[in-house]
Amino acid sequence: MTDIRTLEQTATQVRRDILRMVHGAKSGHPGGSLGCADFLTALYFKVLNHNPKFNMNGKNEDVFFLSNGHISPLFYSVLARSGYFPVEELKTFRKLHSRLQGHPATAEHLPGVRIASGSLGQGVSVAAGAALSKKLNDDKNLVYVLMGDGELQEGQNWEAFMFAAHHKVDNLIVTVDYNGQQIDGSTMEVLGLGADIEAKLKAFGWEILHMDGHNMQNIIDTMAKAKTMTGNGKPIFIIMKTEMGQPIDFMVGSHKWHGIAPSDSDLEKALAQLPSTLADY
Amino acid sequence: MKKFEVQNVKDTRSGFGAGLSELGKTNPNVVALCADLTGSLKMDAFQKEHPERFFQVGIAEANMIGLAAGLAIGDKIPFTGTFANFSTGRVYDQIRQSVAYSNKNVKICASHAGVTLGEDGATHQILEDIGLMKMLPNMTVINPCDYNQTKAATIAIADHEGPVYLRFGRPAVPNFTSATDKFEIGKALMLNEGSDVTIFATGHLVWQAIEAGHILAEKGINVELINIHTIKPLDAQAILNSVRKTRAVVTAEEHQMNGGLGDSICQLLARELPTPVEMVAVNDSFGQSGTPDELMKEYGLDATNIVAAVERVMKRK
Repeated sequence: MTDIRTLEQTATQVRRDILRMVHGAKSGHPGGSLGCADFLTALYFKVLNHNPKFNMNGKNEDVFFLSNGHISPLFYSVLARSGYFPVEELKTFRKLHSRLQGHPATAEHLPGVRIASGSLGQGVSVAAGAALSKKLNDDKNLVYVLMGDGELQEGQNWEAFMFAAHHKVDNLIVTVDYNGQQIDGSTMEVLGLGADIEAKLKAFGWEILHMDGHNMQNIIDTMAKAKTMTGNGKPIFIIMKTEMGQPIDFMVGSHKWHGIAPSDSDLEKALAQLPSTLADY
Repeated sequence: MKKFEVQNVKDTRSGFGAGLSELGKTNPNVVALCADLTGSLKMDAFQKEHPERFFQVGIAEANMIGLAAGLAIGDKIPFTGTFANFSTGRVYDQIRQSVAYSNKNVKICASHAGVTLGEDGATHQILEDIGLMKMLPNMTVINPCDYNQTKAATIAIADHEGPVYLRFGRPAVPNFTSATDKFEIGKALMLNEGSDVTIFATGHLVWQAIEAGHILAEKGINVELINIHTIKPLDAQAILNSVRKTRAVVTAEEHQMNGGLGDSICQLLARELPTPVEMVAVNDSFGQSGTPDELMKEYGLDATNIVAAVERVMKRK
């Protein structure tokens, strides 16, 4: 299907952007950014009802929050490629006086960003609040969140999970990037989340879906299904299996590339695995 | 020294509850969140009158701050309510990132501040909250002195775009400001003009400073008394105008000396107009259990201590 093919090509370009941005800044978080590239591309180019002529209040459109703010290169690339701001601005990532701060922020008024994130565990709470405001405003659009799996170690998430179920915040779709990695190692080694995240979230009163974060068709289908499940009294949680660093052969599946920049030769090797589909910035 | 008529004796938190209830009727965008302290915060009227705009969040303050930030994105004006301790120290990073740095229109309303929380003891008696909040860029910090002023401040902050920390307390205290006074954020209020010394007081210490003013008048000391209900932004012009005249300052607050109102005034005077200052505040200590009156005395926060501070600073002129 051409639609899927186009989305895949866009995701490839987004991955090139991510690597070039992190390389240019000599810092940043390529691993999780690459791993979530298919999902966020699908979200902004297919799933969301959104308006790149950015309105902070997000009224009458879907609203997305990035809770794991360290994958900002991905967020910025997708926003730029969707028309929120010029693609050339990606080269200012993490530089002095840039609107593209190390972690997403609102102070510089970058279109597309509605809340600062980076200090982990706050996105689901903010999104639940935004979802409540949509109900009060009689706005039928949805609120989406992407969060990390290591981020589930932050206690505030579980406060938010409890709240959203209790208050029937059923216009909220949270996707967790289930890559099993965090800075210090695998999530199981660092602080085990338990074998069964699904059972935990179910016990908290959420609807659960599973998704293959590297299968574009599966992402589109799962998000469509999630949308049909909204409005039924329960928030929705999607466990998205991904590989950190996907698909770069020397990065994939390793926590080592969580938060370091590629060298010149690393970049060259990595870009060779990602044929340019749209023009580089 | 001017006489102030005490209309009644009421807790400032009830002023907050009354202000919130009035806002519920006049401003449809106002929403309220509470972390299992609805009765203590006097939010029950709003809850009853506007159940669709009231959110019980349970004992989960971090989530409450995030929810409020999200509601503000959707153009609501969220008022969060819990004790001052759980409104600030417990959720500092949530306020810092999701509210202050993100510049969201959230009103953090904090009751039971300071030692006058009383018998529950130091776990609940936060004395650092003004400092924590005033350090955050974008944050406005307000500490009204009585029921009427707290009610007026509650109503006023709904019309101010941006994060606000509103601090009030538990005990019944003299209600002496006019119910018809309009609250102007950032404006120092002249309570008594004088020439020998300026007392800058905030919150519950304003009444103590009035009592001190009468004692000092009998001793022949002519006190200028200014109510600083807004600690940030500080009304620098009003402060400097007064100090140019009196050349001696006493600050009074129910807060740590580090980081409070006195700290802000000392910074201003050190830069602009070096002047002897004595500070009536808690001196690097936690509180303890006791009645509010006992604790005010124990920690040196009552009228007697303000009188002593004035006498000390007069000798340094």
